[in-house]
Amino acid sequence: MAEKEAKKLSLWSANARGWHVDAFWMFLSLVIVLVLWEALVAVFGFPAHLLPRPLAVVYSVIDHWGTIVENAGDTTVAVMLGYVLAVVFAVPIAILIVISPQVERLLYPPLVATQSIPKIALAPLFIVWFGFGLETKVAVTFLICFFPIVVDTIVGLRSIDPSLIQLARSMGAPSSRVFLKLRLPGALPSMFGGLKVASALAVVGALTGEYIASDSGLGYILLSASGEMNTALLFGVLIVLSVLAMIFFYAIELLEKLLIPWHVSQRSHAQ
Amino acid sequence: MPADIIQTSASTSSKSADALIEIDGVGKTFTGQDGENIIALEDTDLKIGRGEFLSIVGPSGCGKSTLLNLVAGLLETTRGEIRIDGEQVNGPYTDLGFAFQSDLLLDWRTVLRNVLLQCDMRGMDSKQHTGRARKLLKSVGLEGFEDKRPFELSGGMRQRVALCRALLLDPPMLLMDEPFGALDALTREQMQSDLLDMWQETQKTVLFITHSISEAVYLSDRIVVMSARPGKVREIIDVDIDRPRDLSVRDSAEFGAIVHRVRLLFQEMGVIH
Ligand SMILES: Nc1ncnc2c1ncn2[C@@H]1O[C@H](COP(=O)(O)OP(=O)(O)OP(=O)(O)O)[C@@H](O)[C@H]1O
Ligand SMILES: [Mg+2]
Repeated sequence: MAEKEAKKLSLWSANARGWHVDAFWMFLSLVIVLVLWEALVAVFGFPAHLLPRPLAVVYSVIDHWGTIVENAGDTTVAVMLGYVLAVVFAVPIAILIVISPQVERLLYPPLVATQSIPKIALAPLFIVWFGFGLETKVAVTFLICFFPIVVDTIVGLRSIDPSLIQLARSMGAPSSRVFLKLRLPGALPSMFGGLKVASALAVVGALTGEYIASDSGLGYILLSASGEMNTALLFGVLIVLSVLAMIFFYAIELLEKLLIPWHVSQRSHAQ
Repeated sequence: MPADIIQTSASTSSKSADALIEIDGVGKTFTGQDGENIIALEDTDLKIGRGEFLSIVGPSGCGKSTLLNLVAGLLETTRGEIRIDGEQVNGPYTDLGFAFQSDLLLDWRTVLRNVLLQCDMRGMDSKQHTGRARKLLKSVGLEGFEDKRPFELSGGMRQRVALCRALLLDPPMLLMDEPFGALDALTREQMQSDLLDMWQETQKTVLFITHSISEAVYLSDRIVVMSARPGKVREIIDVDIDRPRDLSVRDSAEFGAIVHRVRLLFQEMGVIH
């Protein structure tokens, strides 16, 4: 027990060390970008509606803080709903496809077919179906996240070593046990690959939804700021948006670290 | 029928007389991807004695792994039948330990839990076997590694863990499919003598596939040489070298003679030029 605690602690301290270093480099690159930006504006004298000064962006964010928070909330809800729905449907479908050849033959061609349609092309259809607002955003997000999760889960579940199945059968294991104890854990690394790709795509999906069918969310704010030539606000919202997307991505990555600490990708980078 | 005749014929080869595994006219045909027939194994007869160490050598694709899987009941015979302990194999035969070229350790389990996979796969309580698992690990020099992850171990250590996993429930027979094929030469020799020690002590029946002629000669009581396309038993060679053997028997004349004989067979089959 004590050993386990110690291990946990060392895991955390190793992470903490990593975070300090990461934070330093992030801070440094941020400073460089800001200095270059300020210099660019000062030297070339760009007008504010093309390239506002960094400080103007900060002020704009502060001025519009209430609106930004509220709309960031709307976007987050759309991202989360679409993403979670995609996971909830994609993983079981992937499992069904892997365990049943009939289901594969039935579902795989239409899956690939819908995938070949650009998601944005479907947006007008979604407006007809779901109307103006959250549902359409969620639908676009769902659709854009769904496929990478399905594909990577399938790849993960299929990548089990056939000899391992042989070994398990020679131990008398029923296929349900092989699935739960061998296939599924073995599929997690690949599955997380899909989940991470989808987490980045989810933000794209929600924004797309907001561009075409919404009067709320950060996508909507971006559009209206653009209409008003409020470039400072545009920049501000872009930054808030990328921070949101990063938090989301790192949350998935943290989950991955906790669930599959044994995988090659999670071992110390130093080695 | 005079009883003494039966007596003598039985005593000439005491091990094969008390056969544990009987392979009787077995053939296996696979259906290929284009629906064509692939004859992996044809007309194979073989008796493996209780406590015997039997190696199978043969060119790649001659059906060695297929034969092993048939014995384990993981594949169905197309013709003939296989009996273990006098009973026909019908479906997976689980009273055995299996080892493969790849150690098949699970990255997400510790070394100890990998050995205990044996229990988990059988739906048995692994707690009762933890003690034996630790003892086995200790016997192969892995004491103190119980809570390590497989990726922290060398190839040889990993293969030892795989061996412990196969031995956990003390099965009367071991099926080994090129278990040392992926190891470096030195580790391989060490593993061979460890396996031999274990076998000497426990008298398990071992069915051992290898590509190394000298490995087969060093370990076995008999060597089955198979030919390819279709896979068949070409010849069975007795290895009359005294036991217990240590690595020095490899330098003896009789060892060299048997290796030479097997190699000649391979040459005749056109496997080695
Ligand atoms: N599931 C399968 N479906 C179709 N063909 C198979 C299957 N398994 C084996 N074969 C074929 O049967 C033959 C014997 O294969 P097997 O794996 O038993 O050979 P092997 O002697 O173990 O070869 P190696 O030394 O390379 O391991 C090969 O021609 C192989 O292609
Ligand atoms: Mg083989």
